[in-house]
This record gives sequence, C-alpha cells and structure tokens, in this order.
Amino acid sequence: MESIIERITQGKFWPFHGGIHPPEQKHFTCDKPIRQLPLPKQLIVPLQQHIGRQGDLLVNVGDKVLKGQPLTQSMNPMSVPIHAPTSGTISAIKRSVIAHPSGLSELCIFIDVDGEDTWRARNICANYTQLSNQQIISKIADAGIAGMGGAGFPTHIKVNTKPDINFLIINAAECEPYITADDLLMREHSSAIVDGIKILDQLLSPAFILIGIEDNKPQAIKALQQATQSIEKIKVCVLPTKYPSGGEKQLIKLLTGKEVASGALPLHAGIVVQNVATCFAISDAVINDTPLIRRVVTLTGQALAKPQNVWALLGTPVSYLLEQTGFNSESALSDQQTTSTPPVIMGGPMMGFSILNEQVPVVKTSNCILAPSKTEMPSAFAHNSNEVECIRCGQCADVCPSQLLPQELQWSAKAKDHPQLAALNLFDCIDCGACAYVCPSQIPLVQYYRVAKAEIRRQQQLDLKAEKAKDRFEARKVRLEREKIAREEKQKKAAAARKAAMNKKTPAAGAAKSAVAAALARVKAKKAASSGESSATITKNIDSANVNTDVNTVNNSAEITDEKSQVQAAIERAKAKRLAKNKAAQQQPESSENIKQDISADTSADKAPTDTEAAKTTHAPADDKKAKIAAAVAKAKAKTQAKALAKKQQDSEEHSNAETDAEVSDNLNAVTIDNKLEISSLTKPALAQDDKKAKIAAAVAKAKAKAQAKAKALAKTQNDQTQQPLVEEVVSPKNETTTDDKAELSEQVDKIEGKSHTKPTTNSENNLAPAPNDKKARIAATVAKAKAKAKAKAAAKAQAKLDGAANAIDTENTNEDRQ
Amino acid sequence: MINILIAIAILGIISALFGALLGYASVKYHVQGDPIVEQLDALLPQTQCGQCGYPGCKPYAEAVANGELINKCAPGGEDTIKKIADLMGVEVQPLDESHEQDSSSNGPKVAFIIEADCIGCTKCIQACPVDAIMGAAKQMHTVIADECTGCDLCVAPCPVDCIEMREIPETPQSWQWDLNKIAIKQLT
Repeated sequence: MESIIERITQGKFWPFHGGIHPPEQKHFTCDKPIRQLPLPKQLIVPLQQHIGRQGDLLVNVGDKVLKGQPLTQSMNPMSVPIHAPTSGTISAIKRSVIAHPSGLSELCIFIDVDGEDTWRARNICANYTQLSNQQIISKIADAGIAGMGGAGFPTHIKVNTKPDINFLIINAAECEPYITADDLLMREHSSAIVDGIKILDQLLSPAFILIGIEDNKPQAIKALQQATQSIEKIKVCVLPTKYPSGGEKQLIKLLTGKEVASGALPLHAGIVVQNVATCFAISDAVINDTPLIRRVVTLTGQALAKPQNVWALLGTPVSYLLEQTGFNSESALSDQQTTSTPPVIMGGPMMGFSILNEQVPVVKTSNCILAPSKTEMPSAFAHNSNEVECIRCGQCADVCPSQLLPQELQWSAKAKDHPQLAALNLFDCIDCGACAYVCPSQIPLVQYYRVAKAEIRRQQQLDLKAEKAKDRFEARKVRLEREKIAREEKQKKAAAARKAAMNKKTPAAGAAKSAVAAALARVKAKKAASSGESSATITKNIDSANVNTDVNTVNNSAEITDEKSQVQAAIERAKAKRLAKNKAAQQQPESSENIKQDISADTSADKAPTDTEAAKTTHAPADDKKAKIAAAVAKAKAKTQAKALAKKQQDSEEHSNAETDAEVSDNLNAVTIDNKLEISSLTKPALAQDDKKAKIAAAVAKAKAKAQAKAKALAKTQNDQTQQPLVEEVVSPKNETTTDDKAELSEQVDKIEGKSHTKPTTNSENNLAPAPNDKKARIAATVAKAKAKAKAKAAAKAQAKLDGAANAIDTENTNEDRQ
Repeated sequence: MINILIAIAILGIISALFGALLGYASVKYHVQGDPIVEQLDALLPQTQCGQCGYPGCKPYAEAVANGELINKCAPGGEDTIKKIADLMGVEVQPLDESHEQDSSSNGPKVAFIIEADCIGCTKCIQACPVDAIMGAAKQMHTVIADECTGCDLCVAPCPVDCIEMREIPETPQSWQWDLNKIAIKQLT
C-alpha cells in the first residue's frame, strides 16, 4: 500500500489496456460559471430515477408540496425517495416519457411550480462529526442520493459497508467529451466537495483517499489541491487524459494497479469509488439538510447559442433547458431536413442516448444534454446506418479497456449465441463505445452489445421464472398426491369407526345392527316379492352372512326348527291360497311377515348363548305365524270365487316351497339329504297331479253329487289322522341327526312339531267343516233336480271313485308340504 | 506346445482382468435416470400450460425423449424447437399449427380476474398448474401475477367468464433494444 502511495506521489500510474483520445470538446462550457436558471412552470418528477425499485407515493393530486418534501418512501433498501424540487401543487400523477433509451413511459409526478420556492423546515447540522455513522447513513438515504456518475446506485448502500476499506477513490476524471459538469462543480464548490469527502471518510475510515482527476481540468485540480492541503490522507491524483479513465474499474487500475475480477465488486478489493458530484450531494444532505433535488447539467453542442452548465432542478423538462440556452433547431437542421426533429442526446456522446421527446425530465443521473449540429456530429443526423462488413482489422480489440474481443462479441451477438457471449465475458463490457469509435466499418458495436445484454438478462429472468413455475408445479403435484392419500385414509378411518360401533356389544349398537338387518331384510323382501324367491333363501343368506363358528350347530338346529315352522307355514299358505281368490293381495304381506319372523329368529339364534334359548325364541314366532295364517284362512273362506286362478298360483307357490326345502336341507346332514331326495321325488308327481285335481274339482262341481261330498269329508278327516304319524316319521330322522348334546332342543322341536301338527289339523277341519255345509245346502237344493234325473247316478259313481283318488293325492301333498 | 499354452494362459488372464475392470466400472459409474429428459425439461418454458397435450412440461419432455414430435410447445415457439432439435439431433420442424398461439399478440400474458364478477367457485384454482390463484370457496379470487405463467388454463373453467388474459406492459426494466425500431448509430 505504501508503494502505491509512493508511486502516486511520484506521479506514476498503472495504465489500463486500450482507451482512446476523442476530441474533448469541453471548451464550449468549461470557461463559463454554473448558471442559476429561473424556475420552470412545471416539473415532471419520475418516481424512479435510479437502479433499484421505486418507492410508494406519499402525495396525491392537488396536494401542496414544499421544496424538499419527500414524495415517495419505501422500506426496500434498494430504493431511495424522491423529493419535491420546489414548492408547488401536484397537478397530476401519470405516466410520462422518462429518460431512457426505450422512450417508454413511467409514473411521474407533475408539479405546477408556484414560484415561491418555499423550503420545508430544515435542520442545519454544522458539526457533522458529532453524528453517528448510522445517523449519517440515514440522512444520506433520506436525501435520496444515488450515484450521480451515471449508473445511479443508491449511495447509502455503498457507504454502509463493514469490511476494512483501503482506498476511497473519488471519481473526478470526467473523461467523456463535452461534459464539464463535475469540472465546474469542483471549481465552484471544492470546499463542499471536501466536506462530503470528509463525511465519507468518517463513515468508511479508509487508509487513503484518492481523488482521480484528468489533467485537462487544471482549475479544478488547483481548487481541490487547495481545499485538501491540510489533509494528509487525501491525495489528488492527476491522471493523463484518456477515455475511459472515468470507468470505475479503469480508475481503480490506474490508481492502485489492482484489477477487479470479473463479476466482483470493488468492495471485495477493499475499494469504494464515489463520484465527485455525489460527494457534493452528501455534504449538502448531511450539513444543509438539502435532499437531492438539483444537479449540474452540461448543456452543450453547436446547436445551442449559449452552451453552459446550469443548476437544473430534477424534473425540469429538457425542452425548458434547451430553450434557456438558445437552442436553435434551424441551425441544427441547416439543410432542408425539416421533416425530423434535431437530435438531442442525454448523457455524453460516447455513452448517451438520443431522447425522442423533449418533455423528458432531468433525473439524478443526467449529467449532460448534448444538442449537436450536423457538421459537428453527422452520424446523429444520418437516418441510415453506414455500417459495412467487419474487415477484421482488430482495432476494436486494441482499444477495449476491458480487454475483450469486440468483433467476436459482435458476431456472437448477431447470431444470438448467448453461451458464446458469456464465454467471451460480454458482461464485463462497460459500454464505453471505444470499439465503435475506432471501427473503420462504422459498426455500432455497443448497440449490438446492449441488445445482447438486454436479451440475456431477459432470458435469465425467464429462466428464473420457469424454474419457479417448475417448482410450483412439482409442489402442486406433491400436494395433490398428499391430499388424495389423506382423503383415502380419512375414508378408511371413518369406515373402521362405523364398523367398530356396530360390533360393540352395547344395546345401542345391537339396536343399530338389528335396524340395519331389518332394513336389509326389507330390501330383500321387496326383491323376493317381485322375483318370487322364497323367504327361506333369504334366511339362509342372512344365516351365512352371520356365520358364527362357535354356535354353528346351534344355528343348524335352530334352522331345523325354523324350517319346520316354515314348512308348516307353507302348508298353511298353500291351503289358504287354495281357498283364496285374491291371492296376490294376501301373499305379499304374508311372505314379508314370514321373512321378518325368520330374521328375528335368526338374529336371536345368533345372539343366544344357549341352545334352549335359541329354540324358545323360534317357538314364539312360529306360533304367531300360525295364528295369523289361521286368520288369513278365515278371511279367505269368506271369498269363494276364482278357484282356478287361486289354484294356479298355489301351484307355483308349491314349486317354490319345494325349492326352499331343497335349499334348507343343504344345511342338514347326509341322512337328511337322503330323506330330502325322497321328498323331492314325491313332490314332483304331486305337482303334476295338482292340475288333475283342478280338473277333478271342476268335474265334481258339475256332478253335484251328495254322496261324493260325504265321502270326501270322511276321506279328509281320515287323511288328517294319518298325517300325524307320517310327519313324525319324517321329522324324527332330522332330530336324530342333531348331536346328543342337543337332546333338549330336539325335545322342544318335537313339541313344536306337535303344535304345528295339531294346528293344521284343526285348520283343515275348519276348512272342511263349512265347506261340506255349503255343499250340503247346495246339494239339498239340487237333490230335487237330481231325483228328476235318474240317469245321472251311474256317472256320479264314477266320479266318486275319482274324487277318492284325488283326496288321497291331496293328503300326500299336504304331508310333503309339511316336511 | 508349451508356448501356445502359455500364450493362451496369459491372454486368458488379461481378458479376465479387463473383464473384471469393465464390470466394476459399469457398476461403479452407472448413470442413474434419464438425463435427456432433464435436459429437455430445462429447455421447455415451464409454463405448464398443457397445450402440447401433456399435463405439464416434464411429461412432454418425457414424451419427446420417447419419440414424440418436438413442435408442440406453443409458448416456447421456434426457439425452443430449435434447441430441442439440436439436443435430440433431429431436424427442426415448424411449429404445429394446431398448437400455434393466436397471432393477435405474442407478448407474455398474465391472467387477470375481474374481481367484481368472481363468484368464488374455486374452479380456476383447481385448474391452475402452478397454484398462482389465491382464494377460497365463496371468496373472491385473485391471480398472483408474479407466479402466473400465462398458460390460459384458468380461463375456460370460469363459469362467469371473469378471467381474461392481459398482456404484461413493457417497462424500461423489461424493455428490449429493438434495432429495427430505433435507428442504431454511433454518435461520435
């Protein structure tokens, strides 16, 4: 470090690569003082005047603002506020063209100047050394100071650094042609600048402060040297004039010999660079409490009658400045080219841009307004580029201060080969324009680089956005998957909870279960009624559903009794139907009743811990059923029509009953199955004979024979007597098949059998008793007729025989039904 | 005879040695997954718009790796097709007409919910592939403009047609130098 200072004191520097010596053109303005301009009528203050983000508005249309009053604020550290440059009324907040090469519009505050220039309250701070660093930094931030050299980086961030700073470099080089704003500022306000440097010294406490200034500003050098005489730390370094020595990295190289690595900040090398105008703004802000509301702007060019540096309030339209300096558009457009407006360039001739609209306001980074004449800068007036092919002369590479390969870059930029541009370090290009200046083919190289840089930045933003979208898409997929799994689990849990509640042996659960079972049964009953399925099938289904291995045998025995009662019920039904005419109306409620009873019997059998209980529970419904059937039969007797129809339906009923038997017997042991086979073999001929019976019955009615009726009545009673032993025979083998343990059960089953036997018998007696009476009455009536007809006797005898046979079949039928 | 046997033995040992080496290398340096899919996915614009007929950019990348046509990505346009063609070593195909975006404007767009008309049906929320719509049932919805990929998928499900695609206005930050619009010239 000492060697660096030694070298500097000896006046030796480290030259940077390349550089050019364009005509300086500073003589237009360098000998005139900075002029104070009268207040313009209107100011247009863009919300964003620097790198970073714009703040939030603090004012509304119609508000009166005072000079220095903040118009925006923001919590974002990369944002600085803007202030009202003078007092006035806000007439509008709308989009307006801003100082940008794109000529795009941004939000601007329009202030109608009241001409009074009333300041807000200010706290003059005479002794800034008493302020803490944080206070100074907040003052700088509140004053809205952004780098005034060109880029506009918020100053409070740059000075709020932790690591040790070796060098604070004050950039006073002002290397671009035409511009003398910093030169004049240094000449006229050197003490204020030195105050600003001292404040920075307090903040950053660097080892040395180097002021880099080009040797084409002798008056400014003298002024600075006088102002910094007493301060050992500050060295005024007079540099040879060469463009672009004012570039940050170039200045660092010149003064310290250090090269800032590509992509790194000077801060990493322990160096902070501040523009000289920024130093002035800092001292103004900290000492005078004056925010950044004005700056020195060089108004120059041959198109201006009075080129001069002026103090321009931020927001002053360029048109007003040109007007004040005698802009002669006719002299600029010396020829007949009146169709287009004369070019006005904001910034220097090397790095500035043409402004498309003269309403563009001056902002914090605008250091020069250049209005050239045609003779002075013919290329600015040329509407067609004079670009020709690259001749590979290599001059651009010789002058490039960043040691890049401009022609290679140009080719890659034209080909939009972004990876190649990155490989050629495009982003180390400082847009100085030296390459284009020396290009014999007049290729506007910088423009190509700017386009390429903008494209790459955009692509990077798109890539970033795409990456974010991808992440969000993936996250969404994961979320949907997770939600699906959670939903399934929830459903599973709910189902398990329902099952658990059902299986609990609480009365409530039992009730719920039986309710469900009843509901199930109702549904099935409906089905059965419509399809003609027997109730026994349902019983069996429900049984199999409620399988309980421990009480399997109990179930079986219970079923046996159950089935017996069913068989009996079926018999009753059959008989009832034989007599009933309105069969459909009767059968439905009956079958559903049966089903209900079966179910209740089954469920109770399932639950019953002991055999006897199971048996007992089956008794009651069976008895109930019989009673009901008896009632139904009584009703049926009252109706004595449509016998043929009733018989047909009864036939089908018998069919289904037979099937029931077959199914029921599946549950029984092999012995029972043998019996079953016999039964079923018997059933079939019985069914066939039913038709015969119907015919016979019809024939009987025709015959109307007395003797016949009597014989029939006798035969029936006899049949009923024979019924009992028959049924007992059939039932007993079933009981024997059950295990010895169930002796009790079988006894009770026998009892049921007994009951069921007696009841049908009485029923059949009931059936027969009124029937003969009717017949007798009818017969009595017909006897008179019969007597008259003597010849009928022979036929009657034949019929009697037939009837006897029919009765025998009838008994058989009933027996089978019972089984 | 002995010489021949020695030669065979030496060659056998060498071949066994190299075989073992190759076998080890194939296990040790086994390439996991399908890197081509990742590369293709990186080229796609990740709008997740589904205009290609696949439910997202990654599924389309997988399909392209398995021989699907490369010209179905409308948001990516010709540039993406060119990049995919380079990567896959196939010829550049013109953008499939059925997948071409409406020619009215090519600028990036962002969905916008006219909040006064929104009935809070959440249909657009379910349609959004990047969860860029905020809202709840019977609550007004709104689009998080920064997260919106402009894929258009939320427009169709809206029962009250309160979603429209708006162009993102150009700002000085997003502005692109256009040498055709602005005459380029060196001023010195």
